[in-house]
Amino acid sequence: MRGGSGRSVQSRGSSRRAGRVGMGLELYLDLLSQPCRALYIFARSNNIPFEFKHVELFKDSVLGKKPAAASGAEQPRAGPSNSEGAGKVSLLKKVPALKDGDFTLAECTAILLYLSRKYNTPDHWYPSDIQQRARVDEYLSWHHTNIRANAPKTMWIKVLIPLFTGQPLPSEKLQEVMEGLSTSLKQFEERFLQDKAFIIGSEISLADLVAIVELMQPVGVGCDIFEDRPRLREWRRRVEDAVGKELFFQAHEMILNIKELSNIQIDPQLKEQLAPVLMKMLK
Amino acid sequence: MPPALAYCFAKQNQHTPALAVNGLKAENLTEEFRKVNVLMKVPALKDGSFTLAESIAILLYLVQKFKTPDHWYPADLQKRARVDEYLSWQHTNIRAKGIFPLMPQPLPPEKLELATEELNVALKEFEEKFLQDKPFIAGSEVSLADLVALVELMQPVCAGYALFEERPALAAWRSRVEEAVGKELFLEAHQDIMNVKNLTADQFAPELLESFKQHLLKQN
Repeated sequence: MRGGSGRSVQSRGSSRRAGRVGMGLELYLDLLSQPCRALYIFARSNNIPFEFKHVELFKDSVLGKKPAAASGAEQPRAGPSNSEGAGKVSLLKKVPALKDGDFTLAECTAILLYLSRKYNTPDHWYPSDIQQRARVDEYLSWHHTNIRANAPKTMWIKVLIPLFTGQPLPSEKLQEVMEGLSTSLKQFEERFLQDKAFIIGSEISLADLVAIVELMQPVGVGCDIFEDRPRLREWRRRVEDAVGKELFFQAHEMILNIKELSNIQIDPQLKEQLAPVLMKMLK
Repeated sequence: MPPALAYCFAKQNQHTPALAVNGLKAENLTEEFRKVNVLMKVPALKDGSFTLAESIAILLYLVQKFKTPDHWYPADLQKRARVDEYLSWQHTNIRAKGIFPLMPQPLPPEKLELATEELNVALKEFEEKFLQDKPFIAGSEVSLADLVALVELMQPVCAGYALFEERPALAAWRSRVEEAVGKELFLEAHQDIMNVKNLTADQFAPELLESFKQHLLKQN
């Protein structure tokens, strides 16, 4: 028995310490990524103990190349190496990823649901009432092909493409993206939010969390979609209050200071790899 | 195709909630339908005054409301997470890539080639990451994930892209899923789409046709 442990010996809290390999929950995250922010906020807001494994998407390779590899001879296979674990962890070589003992999981929605069940989070996050729950599922499903189809592109077009390709900002493309986003936002307001405080009613749920982090992406790169949308603006304020303003802004610090990304050194091989992908987006 | 999916699942579990199954006519543009499904998409579910869109949401609702056998959406946390993981990934990977062959008018060859390429990438990922060498996505029993996956993959097949032909592992998985669902029911649900090649443009409501066309031309 360890000395001094008069309090309950729940080992969860100790998983925060670095170096405890194979124990406790690990979340592989880069807060520049929207789904990562949703997970970060959810876990912290519910006091779920986890080890934050920082993956830096633009230093480590999002395409899976180990910066240490000298020759470009073979097709890169491994995942981000800053946390090499993330490469092995995430079958899909992306963030976010979860590692819980031997169990690994990708996909934000799947991870959120897993955490909510395992840690018995308050009912409102994913209600046990099947109709309320269905509303959350409905939103989470629609989100993928609507909000998430356009909101992320604002960052690619305003920051990443110019950064990686040296090409100027393509304004018609941005226009197209913003129009698509506008349509989705209209649907979001009319179909999902309506006159309610939150998507499912009077309390926040996973649906609001997943939505808000996505909408902060354009805000971060200077497309303030809340500006002309008072109803959305009010909803955002409520979401911030519900999770805690401090936590909300902590999670969004990086994206809100995205301009600083322009100053980071991008690995030239990474630039080379990403440039064609990005050029494809320009079309 | 989402309607076939929900139909299949509902019938297999001996329940027949009012599902909009026919996606090829203009029913979904009528006022009646509009009241049911504000997003004007199939499938839609109406359960008393409760209406629901999005096929995944509908499936999950059915599972919980009718307490279907556990394997469809296992209570085991990790197995369930595997199902969730696939259901999430498929939105932007399999689902988005499978739509191209449904058009009665042929796509321009470069677009078709690109679409085929993307589908192939998605199929590879499906085999390597989700199926691996397990009988089904979640393990030893069929789940919602397999059903959703197979129904989506039937789209290109029914339009003439024999994607199972050169993929023995996928073909074997397909047999297992059909077996588990019941071959007859599977064919019944896919009747409409099996005959899609025989459709001519005039069988589509003009508004639907136009909207499909716009959607497809926008994709990449």
